[in-house]
Amino acid sequence: MRIDRSDYAYPQPFDIAVPSFTAALRRIAPDAPMVPSPGGSWPPHLEHVDGTTVVALTYETGVVLAGDRRATSGNVIAKRDMRKVFEADAWSAVGISGAAGPGMELAKIFAVQLEHYEKLEGGPLSLDGKANQLAQMVRGNLPMAMQGMVVVPLFAGYDPREKVARIYEFDALGGCYEERRFATTGSGGRDARGSLKARYREGLEQEPAVDMVIESLWDAADEDSATGGPDLVRDIYPLVVVIDAGGYRELDDEVVAARVETVIAARRQS
Amino acid sequence: MPMGMPYVSPEQLMKDKADYARKGISRGRPVIAITYEGGILFVAENPSSTLNKISEIYDRIAFAATGRYNEYENLRRFGIYQADIRGYQYSRQDVTGRSIATAYANMLGGVFAGEGKPYEVELLVAEMTASAVEIYHILYDGSINDEKGFVAIGGGAEAVNERLTKDFSEGMSRDEVLQIARQALGGAESSTIEPERLEVAGLDRGRGRRKFFRLDTAAITAALQSS
Repeated sequence: MRIDRSDYAYPQPFDIAVPSFTAALRRIAPDAPMVPSPGGSWPPHLEHVDGTTVVALTYETGVVLAGDRRATSGNVIAKRDMRKVFEADAWSAVGISGAAGPGMELAKIFAVQLEHYEKLEGGPLSLDGKANQLAQMVRGNLPMAMQGMVVVPLFAGYDPREKVARIYEFDALGGCYEERRFATTGSGGRDARGSLKARYREGLEQEPAVDMVIESLWDAADEDSATGGPDLVRDIYPLVVVIDAGGYRELDDEVVAARVETVIAARRQS
Repeated sequence: MPMGMPYVSPEQLMKDKADYARKGISRGRPVIAITYEGGILFVAENPSSTLNKISEIYDRIAFAATGRYNEYENLRRFGIYQADIRGYQYSRQDVTGRSIATAYANMLGGVFAGEGKPYEVELLVAEMTASAVEIYHILYDGSINDEKGFVAIGGGAEAVNERLTKDFSEGMSRDEVLQIARQALGGAESSTIEPERLEVAGLDRGRGRRKFFRLDTAAITAALQSS
């Protein structure tokens, strides 16, 4: 294939869309999800995988982001060890709720978009810039959302320059809202929020913050059938991620398991 | 009376373009790619700390160029775009240095043969696989070679390559190859280039998913002192 200057698809200098992986993707694959495009019609009531609780909570020196592991399709449990929290880059993570397939696609494209920008420009986007990009992707999913396949992410990150952790929540239309203390999304989100509201206090250290998040996921799973509690038979636990001055870090299964045991023990006694 | 263009044979046309491109490239400072036991290092004399000659393309793929900055900067962005699209459409492991290098060769070949001026650039693309390092050398006219061990490109590259042939051996440490690269860039007068004037980056097997690293002035100074 001969490529000459005139037709390689890369945006030209001063193209306001540059550097944008999603704009490049739109040229190559116009049907790809998460890119703003007209139309998109899906048959109504298409069976799809759904449901979730994802929780984010800021503490003194960072932020915790965690999600349950259950994916449902109607009343059927479609997957027991679903990953809903993804590393976006070394300093941030995104949790997804809603339709699973499009949600994972969103997380994947978002991560590539952040890395794409960083490689092109020689440095990462600001945390606000990353949240803004994610909001635009959610907005781009609006045609599918209107057909019932909504994706609502939760974005958490640490800004190493300002030395502060932030949470951003979104609505299905692409609205982006910074939340100060904690935020949740998904069918069990409201139950998790109630749990956190009762327990939260300022100046938390990392360990109690992680415990609080695990408790809130337990409380959500207790009320919402689309949210899975810890599976002690199969050793499947919530996915818990911590982002602080050291960057993104996923907690080991053993660590989460130990905390879950503590929660269960406390519940048994009460 | 309007005059037509005088006839120029295709050979002459190509030769003129080639001479033009080579002249432009020879004005640029050389860039060295040199393998060490943990990966590959790129070293260039570059007084600017922001207008880089060496760049990350993908997880295990790096890019280096010499010649006209705006032209190779365009190519750099094109390579990153190609890599990210391919990695997204297939998977991250499916992006190879060879595919990026041949995309560059195609592009430069098209530009050279087409209307207008040829690109005054010379490129290196390196991919670090599990066991080896592949180095692709792409010229202004789209011709592509693969190199082993080390290569220098740009103005005065022949002399630099000769010097490296004498000093290089397999399995050296990163700091050792940095030292010999800096000496080779110092030229016939063997001048010592200051750490602030060096751009040093590379791919190291010991790193996480993204193998590319860049050394800042402090790190370059430390590396040069240790060897």
